[in-house]
Amino acid sequence: MEFKEKLISSHLAFEDVADLPENLHQSRISALKVFEKKGFPTKKDEAWKYTSLLNLVNQDYSLFPRDVTNIELKEVKKYFLYDTDTYKVIFIDGVYSPFLSNTTHDGIDVCLLSAALTKPKYKKLIETYFNKIAPQEDSLIALNTSYAKEGAFIYIPRSIDTEKPIEIIHFSSGKEKAIWLQPRNLIVVDQNAQVQIIERHQSLKDHPVVTNSVTEIYVHQDAFMDYYKLQNDLETASLIDNTFIVQEKNSHASVHTFSLGGKLIRNNLNFFHKGEHILSTLKGVTILKGKQHVDHCTLVHHAQPNCESHQDYKGIFSERSEGVFNGQILVDKIAQKTNAFQQNNNILLDDKASVNTKPQLEIYADDVKCSHGCTIGQLDEEALFYLRSRGIPKKEAKALMTYAFANNVLESVKLPSLKKRINKQIANKLGVSLGFEL
Amino acid sequence: MAYTEEELKKELETKEYEYGFYTDIESDTFPVGLSEEIVRKISEKKEEPEWMTQWRLNAYRSWLEMTEPDWANVTYKKPDLQSISYYSAPKKQAKYESLDQVDPELLETFNKLGISIDEQKKLSGVAVDIVIDSVSVATTFKKTLAEKGIIFCSISEAIKEHPELVKKYIGSVIPPKDNFYAGLNSAVFTDGSFCYIPKGVRCPMELSTYFRINQAGTGQFERTLVIADQGSYVSYLEGCTAPSRDENQLHAAVVELIALDDAEIKYSTVQNWYPGDKNGKGGVFNFVTKRGICHNRSKISWTQVETGSAVTWKYPSCILKGNHSIGEFYSIAVTNNYQQADTGTKMVHLGKNTRSTIISKGISAGKSQNSYRGLVQVGARAQNARNFSQCDSLLMGNECGAHTFPYIEAKSNSAQIEHEATTSKIGEDQIFYCNQRGIDTEKAIALIVNGFSKEVLNKLPMEFAVEAQKLLEISLEGSVG
Repeated sequence: MEFKEKLISSHLAFEDVADLPENLHQSRISALKVFEKKGFPTKKDEAWKYTSLLNLVNQDYSLFPRDVTNIELKEVKKYFLYDTDTYKVIFIDGVYSPFLSNTTHDGIDVCLLSAALTKPKYKKLIETYFNKIAPQEDSLIALNTSYAKEGAFIYIPRSIDTEKPIEIIHFSSGKEKAIWLQPRNLIVVDQNAQVQIIERHQSLKDHPVVTNSVTEIYVHQDAFMDYYKLQNDLETASLIDNTFIVQEKNSHASVHTFSLGGKLIRNNLNFFHKGEHILSTLKGVTILKGKQHVDHCTLVHHAQPNCESHQDYKGIFSERSEGVFNGQILVDKIAQKTNAFQQNNNILLDDKASVNTKPQLEIYADDVKCSHGCTIGQLDEEALFYLRSRGIPKKEAKALMTYAFANNVLESVKLPSLKKRINKQIANKLGVSLGFEL
Repeated sequence: MAYTEEELKKELETKEYEYGFYTDIESDTFPVGLSEEIVRKISEKKEEPEWMTQWRLNAYRSWLEMTEPDWANVTYKKPDLQSISYYSAPKKQAKYESLDQVDPELLETFNKLGISIDEQKKLSGVAVDIVIDSVSVATTFKKTLAEKGIIFCSISEAIKEHPELVKKYIGSVIPPKDNFYAGLNSAVFTDGSFCYIPKGVRCPMELSTYFRINQAGTGQFERTLVIADQGSYVSYLEGCTAPSRDENQLHAAVVELIALDDAEIKYSTVQNWYPGDKNGKGGVFNFVTKRGICHNRSKISWTQVETGSAVTWKYPSCILKGNHSIGEFYSIAVTNNYQQADTGTKMVHLGKNTRSTIISKGISAGKSQNSYRGLVQVGARAQNARNFSQCDSLLMGNECGAHTFPYIEAKSNSAQIEHEATTSKIGEDQIFYCNQRGIDTEKAIALIVNGFSKEVLNKLPMEFAVEAQKLLEISLEGSVG
């Protein structure tokens, strides 16, 4: 049986055990119908021109783990950013792990989506926000909607500055032979509130994992939201990340994506503007080797005047790795005085590595400043020679230059310990240990 | 005051499409519709050899299985291909040796267009192969060219007289199965130009062809084949103006360029098909496939100024197959009123040390949509490939759109690719500066647009550059506001 059929036929059994309100049941069933009609995207779809899911979906995965797996804290401690100083929402094979997590209802809500979906207390929030911005007609999102039950739910009320960052971590234990996960996150940042969130997917053993994740984020007036995605998984794990962000007046939202490992990563990152004077920042560093494949597909929809967006994606590709950048800026007729900037720089280190990039501007307003730039090249031979003539070995010199290339994305990371950790990981990727400590 | 604003307004409104007239020449037109029989009849009419008929039929059969593409960023009512007549030729089919023998009415048409054959013949040294509704009527300077061994004639003549060249190269760059409109063209093309430059010959003059659509309801399917043999050079000009007409007319041309080792081809186009009226009614559909192939150390350079057509869908491309070959693309696309343009280029780097440059300037005014769509592809074996692309868009008025869709695919680590694009409007302070110095807004815009497009205009041959500048001004008339 093909995996698509399995997804469709298993749904009924899944719905029977899911304890959900009636209207949600209905929307899940109609979402499954959308998926049944459209199936997985193929290379014939323009948005998936350079990324094929064929290798992922022609094998079998288990959809729900049979029993809950426990992991010792010491096994996974190294994946946490801080030991204690964060809120944590942790899942193992898609199941919530109360033992490892650190949730709260004190002032802010950092908890489970399944709880929010069923508890009457959150009914209004769920009705206003859940499944509202993710496009219903997209097949992968429909698939997620039809199965999604678990994930993080974060609500930051008015004027609250969240003191501690929030970590959302999905572990896959390797107990199942192959597993397909569909987490769903909902994040609401109310007026004038502030929050920093770190999301990470990590498999603990070599086994095929595919995560089809959907995150919906609402950033209200005057609010600040920083989101960091750490993608440094094993070479057997794949991730399809769909993130949708709606911003209101005067809000700032930034998403940093660090793609340092994984088999296939696809980041669909979408920003929608609902007010004036909004700032959106999208940054990313991709460092790949082996046969890894990373696809960044971004959309910034400027629908209101006087907004700004900045995109800066750097890619470094060695061995047989493949990078894709597909960035779209859409400026509506009324979005005058928009300032949109997009940049994508790539370095190809090896002969078999490849980059496909497609930066797009679609502009319907006349008083705008929009530009994009995109380069593909190599390390500057002369600079390399300069460093070597001053006694820095070739490998270190190359690493220094690559690091410098990626540095302006790192500079805007606001959490010092996160910055330090990423620095270390990048140094690791480059195979050197330089004094990158800051 | 002698000249009021009212008068100016009136003048602008009436000054629409100057070349919108219709010449009354009796035509020999086929019944409307397309079938295998029509394809056979076209071939028969052109007195083509059997292999050509077969080639057309093969193209027709594979075309039947293709569907019309809809990925371009344009919206239009798809032309009904069964309601077009696929053959129309001026009835008096005599071949002329000198201009005196040409139908005086036809000469009148050219004079209105400002082509004036005899003047061009004497003064500018341009050999003009005029195509009016698909059949080449007058060919000048043929003898001078023949002395050098250059073949410059209509494609139907070439099929008869130089079958070995045509057979070898036709469809070699753009196979009939390439796309829907190229397939259609391959099946039904009625005429076009053929040019062959022998080894080591530098063509002494600019070769040019003017196309016109004349007969009501005829689609024009031109086929151009330019072959530059080893070490040769040719500069080819193509200019288009079409009469005003209400129903949409289809223009699906195919242009193939072949630059053999060390050869250079410069292909310049000024396109001014009828763009439709102020309300977006009528106008020409321009769905053209243009592609050139570069062998070792050769160079192909496309320069285009696009001001006309209701819908344009055109991507002059270069396949850089040979080592050290060079591809260039310089383009200005102007859209006004309800015009839509989706244009750009493809640079496919296959050989080593290949270079390409893309400079594209888009100007949109009125309610028009202007898109750049380009592909830069570097194959795994294309070591040291180098590309520079720049796409700038200028927006005038708040109801138009400018879009950029570049595709960049690199498979070689020694490739160096740069792409940049900007979109902006004409600065209010720039216009203010001009106003302050007594230059009215209309003129100021023309001035700024000219400056904006200078990089491309400079690449045009002299005769065209002047004409192109005028065209830019005409196309943007009345777009101030």
